[in-house]
Amino acid sequence: MIANADPMMPRVFRVRRKIRELRDVYTLLLEPPGNGEFSFAAGQFNMLYVFGVGEVPISMSGDPGQTQTLVHTVRSVGAVTRAISALKSGDALGVRGPFGSHWPLEKAAGRDVVIITGGLGLAPLRPAVHQLLAQRARFGKAALLYGARTPRDILYQRELERWRGRLDFQVEVTVDAAPGSWRGNVGVVTTLVPRASFDPATAIAFVCGPEVMMRFSVLELEKCGVSKERIFISMERNMKCAIGFCGHCQFGSAFLCKDGPILACDRVQTWFGKREI
Amino acid sequence: MSTEEFEAALSESPFFRGMEQRQTHELAMQAAEESFRAGEFIFHEGEDAQKFYIIQAGKVTLEVLVPDRGITVVQTISAGDVLGWSWLFPPHRWHFDSRAVEATRTLSIDADWLRQRIEGDHDFGYEMMKRIARVMVTRLQATRLQVTDVYRT
Repeated sequence: MIANADPMMPRVFRVRRKIRELRDVYTLLLEPPGNGEFSFAAGQFNMLYVFGVGEVPISMSGDPGQTQTLVHTVRSVGAVTRAISALKSGDALGVRGPFGSHWPLEKAAGRDVVIITGGLGLAPLRPAVHQLLAQRARFGKAALLYGARTPRDILYQRELERWRGRLDFQVEVTVDAAPGSWRGNVGVVTTLVPRASFDPATAIAFVCGPEVMMRFSVLELEKCGVSKERIFISMERNMKCAIGFCGHCQFGSAFLCKDGPILACDRVQTWFGKREI
Repeated sequence: MSTEEFEAALSESPFFRGMEQRQTHELAMQAAEESFRAGEFIFHEGEDAQKFYIIQAGKVTLEVLVPDRGITVVQTISAGDVLGWSWLFPPHRWHFDSRAVEATRTLSIDADWLRQRIEGDHDFGYEMMKRIARVMVTRLQATRLQVTDVYRT
């Protein structure tokens, strides 16, 4: 593991490969400096720095077990992410991290696991799925419920199909709208919750996606009988320093860069949906 | 299927769960089994809404033809769900097309009989309306989330 005494100092990684996932979504496979290793816990994020342009927080989206490559999936929406998306093999990218809390798979040992995600929210959860499948026998039933805008917006489609082919992992996919040729589900991701196979009295749930999607998913899980302390969400707000100094990411009494981004619902229920914050 | 088999299927369905046995027995006496091949239409927009469907197996769409854009699927309905409530409210016409995405088995109940029963037996009517209202609320909330277009960038 590469040690870095100064969390504000980026290390220079090199782009090994770039994959175009969707029209405006790219996955970068990055090589650690000196061909070293990079370890992280599923759910954590890095600050990615395009020299001369700026820095953004992006969750890791690769397998935590593969420490020789760092993987990030990025949507090209602003100046920095557009610059990241334009990088080519061999280009340099600054990396600070890893930061933040992780998906608590250790709490899920012996229990059923329900993963609800939508859009690009699957990217921060993919490391947790890798970990869960690598240690499958440790957990009860496992289900992944994924929603996308249209069939053309389904992220990691081949991987979803591969996961769906397993006999010990329930994968359900739905889209909000589809043409007549679509043979899959149409409806918001919350409509998949009643179909997921899990024991609501003991299951652990991981939810990641647009905030309003997460709020409705939490409501649906609670309706099924999953209590808030067993529902974990990934909150993303404006993160700048990533080490709890600047206060930009404050969410109620939590600093999302330090206390989050993964938080138990019972901790944030007071502020969830509050317009003022 | 026999009446007893219809009654067992209705009692087990999430929609009718908890209904009194005499009420599910009455419904079972009116039920029919209908199957649809993949791609086959169950009903078309504008047609008389003459049946209430309970999906036993398979999957169906609710879809609409938008001129210059083609067919848009607005919802899929799967096993355990119910299809259609236009039979309950005038003018009793379907508002969308519905098509089987895959081979689908349904139980259907005649809408004329249901409407008369709901008006004639208010206990039965209340149980039906309570259940239909729950389906409507669930689908309305999902639709509101759908139109929010949460994944738009």
